[in-house]
Amino acid sequence: MEIMQIQVNGRERDVPAGTSIATLLRDLGLDGRMLVVELNRRIVRPPEIESVQLEAGDRVELVHFVGGG
Amino acid sequence: MAPLEIAGRTFASRLIVGTGKYPSPEIMLDAIRASGADMVTVAVRRVDIENPDRDDILRTLSPDEFSLLPNTAACYSAEEAIRAARLGRAAGMSDWVKLEVIGDPDTLLPHTEELIEATRVLVAEGFVVLPYTNDDLITALRLEEAGAAAVMPLASPIGSGLGLLNPLNIRIIKSRLSVPVIVDAGVGTASDACATMEQGVDGILMNTAIAAAEDPVEMARAMRLAVEAGRRAYLAGRMPRREWAVASSPLEGVPPPA
Repeated sequence: MEIMQIQVNGRERDVPAGTSIATLLRDLGLDGRMLVVELNRRIVRPPEIESVQLEAGDRVELVHFVGGG
Repeated sequence: MAPLEIAGRTFASRLIVGTGKYPSPEIMLDAIRASGADMVTVAVRRVDIENPDRDDILRTLSPDEFSLLPNTAACYSAEEAIRAARLGRAAGMSDWVKLEVIGDPDTLLPHTEELIEATRVLVAEGFVVLPYTNDDLITALRLEEAGAAAVMPLASPIGSGLGLLNPLNIRIIKSRLSVPVIVDAGVGTASDACATMEQGVDGILMNTAIAAAEDPVEMARAMRLAVEAGRRAYLAGRMPRREWAVASSPLEGVPPPA
């Protein structure tokens, strides 16, 4: 299995080549959570999460709501 | 008392509260309920991958009970703030954003140029924009012109608890704007909230004054009453100030001394 490196919330992570965003979320145990996915600074809408495949060097941001003023 | 109306939506409470810096999620929820606020602000931050439940505000606050108003706190440019606003909207709660563009880390005063620019861009994208700004009329007018749904001048710096430092500026802003004026930041205790509402503004947004009180739930109750008292006093119209005493009891009919 070919491995590629991506960045998730600023940290390097090795994933199998061709991993989709949905698979990444499942591997992280984050599927089904209320969060927003940003891929290389572009927001990924929920319908695209299954289909969008990651590429080496991609930067993924996973954000959610926290307390704030 | 007429309800607060922003962008065609009405709110039973004129108090909007933040959700940061509480001692625990349970105290936060009790305090917010005690405050009577319908709308609460939240921040958009990275998920902690190792511990995703940590800091997740939706574990405590139900969007069915409160309107969540995402903020753009900690953004220092229009570009960063626009990105944060889009992330907040993508979370699917609403098109509303509390827009902050900070210009200086020690005072957390707004970068007004970037703020006006970000307001313009986000309004064009269909956002309902509520910008946090300083107590300057010209900036407030430019924000209104840029399409802000309300303008939110500070009472004093964020988290300072110094109260309303320039009531005159706040009154001037209120008298010249058509959109609602919500004072955001600086209130320290209930008397500050009351005095702020007495200037005639439409509402107050606060966080630290409640969250950092020794008893946040009791302070939230006090704030709810203070905001209502200040609003009612403003509507009632205060008596004129006088330099010398004027007796309250009749001067006639006083029994003569023996």
